[in-house]
Amino acid sequence: MALSEGTVSPQLYLRAQTRWRPAEIVFWLATLLPYLLFPNYLSLASQIAVAALFALSLDLILGYAGIVSLGHAAFFGIGAYTAGLVSKQGWGEPLSGLLIAALAAGVVGYATSFVICRFRHLALIMLTLGFGLLLEELANTLGWLTGGMDGLQGIHTWKLLGYFSYDLYGRVAYAYALAVLFVLFLFARQLIHSPFGLSLRGIRENFVRMPAIGAPSRAHIRTIYTIAAGIAGIAGAVLAQTTETVSLDSLGFERSAEIVVMLVLGGAGRLYGGLVGAIIYMIARDQFSGIVPQYWYFWIGILLVAVVMFLPNGVLGGLAKLTTRWSRP
Amino acid sequence: MSAPALATRGLAKNFGSLVVASDIEITLPRGVRYALIGPNGAGKTTLINLITGMLQPAAGRIFLDDADITALPPEQRVRRGLVRTYQVNSLFPHLSALESVTLAVCERTRAARTWWRQLNAYPHQIDEAYDILAALKLGPVCQRATRELAYGQQRLLEIALALATRPKVLLLDEPAAGVPRDESKELFAAIAGLSSDITVLFIEHDMELVFRFATRVIVMVGGRVLIEGSPHEIAADPQVRAVYLGKTATTALQGSHHG
Repeated sequence: MALSEGTVSPQLYLRAQTRWRPAEIVFWLATLLPYLLFPNYLSLASQIAVAALFALSLDLILGYAGIVSLGHAAFFGIGAYTAGLVSKQGWGEPLSGLLIAALAAGVVGYATSFVICRFRHLALIMLTLGFGLLLEELANTLGWLTGGMDGLQGIHTWKLLGYFSYDLYGRVAYAYALAVLFVLFLFARQLIHSPFGLSLRGIRENFVRMPAIGAPSRAHIRTIYTIAAGIAGIAGAVLAQTTETVSLDSLGFERSAEIVVMLVLGGAGRLYGGLVGAIIYMIARDQFSGIVPQYWYFWIGILLVAVVMFLPNGVLGGLAKLTTRWSRP
Repeated sequence: MSAPALATRGLAKNFGSLVVASDIEITLPRGVRYALIGPNGAGKTTLINLITGMLQPAAGRIFLDDADITALPPEQRVRRGLVRTYQVNSLFPHLSALESVTLAVCERTRAARTWWRQLNAYPHQIDEAYDILAALKLGPVCQRATRELAYGQQRLLEIALALATRPKVLLLDEPAAGVPRDESKELFAAIAGLSSDITVLFIEHDMELVFRFATRVIVMVGGRVLIEGSPHEIAADPQVRAVYLGKTATTALQGSHHG
């Protein structure tokens, strides 16, 4: 094959994109640091892992397929309530609880995806917002089921794998949340490097062109929306199982908006964007709310404005730019 | 005789009171190279939009291989082999040329539905995409992001994307738009070199290119087909000269007669 200088064969080139980079391995090793360095912050670390998983699910639709959602917490909440209710009914086994939660959120995601796939842009934002508000109000009204404003109480999660009980310090909880995050990250990684993942990038890059190459964009969008809903449901379920409570705000508008903020901070469409965004946002919130309890949103606001203004592709986008500038002479 | 590759019957479209297509009847036999010409606003691009389903006609039918495709959505027409390119580059800016064409190949072979296996597991699709690019001389730049390609290379990538769908009928909307003259000849040479199974209809303003590469010419004016014929017939037609080529061209032709 005739190739110009400095290029590799097409297959090697595409394979190279899927290779694990050293920075990735460092990142995942670093997720274990809280055990050594911040043993008092393990419950925060668990929350970050949950948020990261939730942000990852949003990245699949927003970052990769360009579907902006302001109601993604609906699926997080469905997962949380499903896991909570299953446990309350007397089945507190955590792993099967996750699967049931994923199924419930995925089914609702699949049902709504038929409407979602017909719209773009502002209409889509309003639609997802509407769905989210509908569900929040529904959960509020069905107080006998969800506990309404008081939240869902009386959840009891069994020992993990029948052996590890969730301790007061959150050691097991963090290991559990982190393991779930890692497994689903591997899943997402496989997905975005698949032919289907390439199609999603096509949809994001040029939605109008897709039908002209014979792509069934709507079917693709339905698939990814369902998958993302399922993953968001698992994130919600992990929160419900580890905190043993579910409140209305788990599916509220604020959580939907918050997760978009995290993703934008970290960098949408970059696999690690949601993860890095979740870490920055949650730590910033924890610190700011410790220093200035009344005004911490003010500082989050400044952080968001600064990142969007100076790093339009998020923190990871900025880092990527720096490294390419470095590597080019 | 076999069925025409593409045919329209009584195709009509209007935007409010503005008629952009009226009673359009064209019949493209298999393998021909058709040029679609006409002054600006004649409705050439509209006709391509109607045929490919980007616009819904107000009346009329469209047939591909004798099958009525009038009600099919655009992507299903593509799957049946009716494919277009765009006058203004409509590409995937952040994908490399290789990724873009691989995407189109994967959509055709339905590998694009697979989310549980990596792209690496589809070497045939990747090789096919590379071969298409190499045939259009894009092999050496196929790993570059689309937005970093030269304009002429992007025009070729438009065609590569269309070829990846294995078209039977290819509608090219000003394939050489914005390309310098010497490069546009190369581009048309690439089009002329396409398989003779593919029926091609192209919109082009450069008469030299039209007469050189088209076997038949359709002239549109004001949303209607004015005349269809061989390049020579079209060049000699007084109606075409008056309406389309305009006064300057008419005098130029007369000048050459007298000179």
